[in-house]
Parts: sequence; C-alpha cells; structure tokens
Amino acid sequence: MKIEHVPGRNAGKLMLYALSTCIWCKKTKQLLNDLGVEYDYVFVDLLQGQDRDEAIALIQKWNPDLSFPTLIVNDKRSIVGFKESDIKEVLRP
Amino acid sequence: MREEIVVSMEEVESAYQKYRKDAENGGYYLNPDVEFTRGLVHGLLVNEKRYGYPSCPCRLAAGRKEDDLDIICPCDYRDQDITDYGACYCGLYVSYDIFKGNRRLQPIPERRLSYLQRQKAKVEVSVAKSAGISALTLPVWRCKVCGYLCAREGPPDVCPICKAKKERFERFI
Repeated sequence: MKIEHVPGRNAGKLMLYALSTCIWCKKTKQLLNDLGVEYDYVFVDLLQGQDRDEAIALIQKWNPDLSFPTLIVNDKRSIVGFKESDIKEVLRP
Repeated sequence: MREEIVVSMEEVESAYQKYRKDAENGGYYLNPDVEFTRGLVHGLLVNEKRYGYPSCPCRLAAGRKEDDLDIICPCDYRDQDITDYGACYCGLYVSYDIFKGNRRLQPIPERRLSYLQRQKAKVEVSVAKSAGISALTLPVWRCKVCGYLCAREGPPDVCPICKAKKERFERFI
C-alpha cells in the first residue's frame, strides 16, 4: 500500500484514511497541514485489489461504518469525520 | 493504484449550474458555500468518469453499480439527513435554514448501514413482503430518492418528480 507522508512537527503517530473525492477529507488534511503536524495518509478510493482490502480491514477495526475521513492517533484512538475541535485537542502541542 | 481522473473547470461549472437548477426546480437547496459545493461537484464528476455513475464523493464506492445504487447522488439518505442534520451526508444539499445562513453546517454522521447489514436488511424486507398482505389490485412502487409513490405493474422508467431512474424504485406494498 502506497502511503504518503507529510512532514511536520511530531505530535504522535497519525494515520489518515481518506477519499480523493471527499471534501470533508480535504478539510481534515488542510487542518493537519495548518497545524503543521507530521502525518501519513492514503486515498482509499485510489487503491485496488489486495491494498484496498487491507486498508478496508484496518479502518473497520476502528470504524465499522467504513466512513471517511478516519484519523487514527497513536494506534490508540480514532477520530471519524472532520471533527475540528477533537483533532485540535488531541494534537495540542 | 487507480489513475487520477482529470475534470476541467468548465465541466465543474456546467455541472454545478445543472445541480443548482435541478435543486431549485425540485424544492431543494444546494449548499451556499460555492467553493465547497463546486468541490463536491468535482468529486461527483470524477466518480461518474471512474465508475460510470455519480456516487457520493464522501463515501467509498464498491464500483459495482448494484452495491452502490443507494449512494448514487442524490442518495437514498438525503431527505432524512436534511431533516435530522440540516444537510445530506456530503453537504451538497442543505436545509432552508442552512441555505439562509441561520445555522452552521456540521459534519453529518453516517446512517448508511455496513455492507453486511444492508444485505441482511434486504432479505428481511423481502421476507416480510412475501409474507404478504396485499389485496390491492396493483403493487405500489416507491422512489427511494424522493418518496414518490405510484400504483402500477412496474416502476416508471424515470421518477416524474425527481427524475431518478427506474432502478432507484422499491416495491413498497
């Protein structure tokens, strides 16, 4: 699975599962960029075959609805949807 | 990886105008945040080119039409989400209050069931229907997009109210 990395301040391990067509995902990415944190992301709608199946299985562990964006923080908690205040709270320096 | 699909500004603009006009004619409101809404229209056009139908840009399409029928825009969940949250799931369609700027748009929770739950619900509905009730002379068909009902042998090719295609109808009674 090709995961993209965005460099920035280390605020823990952040993995963002997103869709390339989704506006709420775009807003979430923009928020992470504005906060200047380091994170990884993948556009699940651009994956195919085994990569796609693997990504779906990983997301569903945290979010059975398989909705987007799903942000996994430190492999400990997930934030589903563009929840601006939750994201800011978790990533506060 | 799937290749990125290119959609021109002109295509977005012309589709945006069409969505706006159709919404106005149907008594719906498009999100007044034009940049946001154009972004959604862009996603719909990408999906139309990629899958052959404009599935919701904010949901993961299966890529098999029969599994994605309920999320082809306007999705089956639009009206209920506008009633409950003031906007459909992706935020393309909004309530009058949000259109007028009296209320701020918030992210909408997903009400679509998971794939397995949807399959299970389908079976339950068909069992309930075959357990049967009907002394009616004709079956009643319901448009899952706008709720239009009609009694006839089969659903119409196109919903006369919202223009959704035949495949978006379900047998109601």
